[in-house]
Amino acid sequence: MVDLSFPGLLNYWFVFLLMLIGLYIVIAHENLIKKIVGLNVFQVSVFVFYISVAKVKGGTAPILADGIEVYSNPLPHVLILTAIVVGLAMTALGLALVVRVQESFGIIEDDELRALEDQQEDEGNNA
Amino acid sequence: MNLEILSSDLLNVAMLAFMGVTGVAIARIRNLFAVVMLSGIYSLLGATLYVILDAVDVAFTEAAVGAGASTVLMIGTLALTSDREKAMPNSNAWKGLIVCALVGAALVYGSLDMPLFGDPMAPAQQHVAPRYLNDSMAEIGLPNAVTSVLASYRGYDTMGEVFVIFTAACGVICLIGRTRRRPAKKSGGDK
Repeated sequence: MVDLSFPGLLNYWFVFLLMLIGLYIVIAHENLIKKIVGLNVFQVSVFVFYISVAKVKGGTAPILADGIEVYSNPLPHVLILTAIVVGLAMTALGLALVVRVQESFGIIEDDELRALEDQQEDEGNNA
Repeated sequence: MNLEILSSDLLNVAMLAFMGVTGVAIARIRNLFAVVMLSGIYSLLGATLYVILDAVDVAFTEAAVGAGASTVLMIGTLALTSDREKAMPNSNAWKGLIVCALVGAALVYGSLDMPLFGDPMAPAQQHVAPRYLNDSMAEIGLPNAVTSVLASYRGYDTMGEVFVIFTAACGVICLIGRTRRRPAKKSGGDK
């Protein structure tokens, strides 16, 4: 039986929706910069998912102080701190690749790049 | 139900809705400059949500790195490439929607076994975390448990993160660091 108390699982489902928007951008769009933005959207949604798992009802930020009993879980926070910085490294590397592709081919649309590659392959076979 | 908890839950859902609207706008708009700006807004909304969810350290990092540094990198890339996206073929939309529907169904099915949002009895809250919260003050001496875990209990993770950043920086330099010196040669089939 699915528990429908608010926000219950509903919170996770909203986050899944955000993830799917990012996934859709990565799959459907051909522009390479747009794909990287899509990856970023997906990434932030995964972060939100982790942080919502760490939340304890009525808790507060895990900074120890007198008179406070309930804290949220600090461990997912640490994992996501690492993931954010690694995400920036990934974005930088992806964007550098895009700049390189633009320099070599003059376009950053995936479908046109594929067409160009097929064309070059055909010319290679004919020669 | 406690009014304070309810209002924070409502804020939470409202922020998620804002993020959803921004995400849809990112998917639909074809001017890449607007897309990059919206992606910065998306990160900033995420940072606000982290504050509501008690992750203040994460919010700070997301606002600086996700909304700040990433956006700067993307704008730099736009300056070197182009800021218009060409229309995508219609078949792509169907392909994307079908995959998203399948993945979404799998995610929702998987979530049915999860503990409810904010449940203090959830398994994630029972193990490891109580030790950090109870003992870190005596063992490390810092009031901020996140800092204690990041810099001391899991210091090796943070060192690994530094290696990842170093590797990525090397990759970026290899990819585009030398291009200024090389004359632009456009011969086809060049390896």
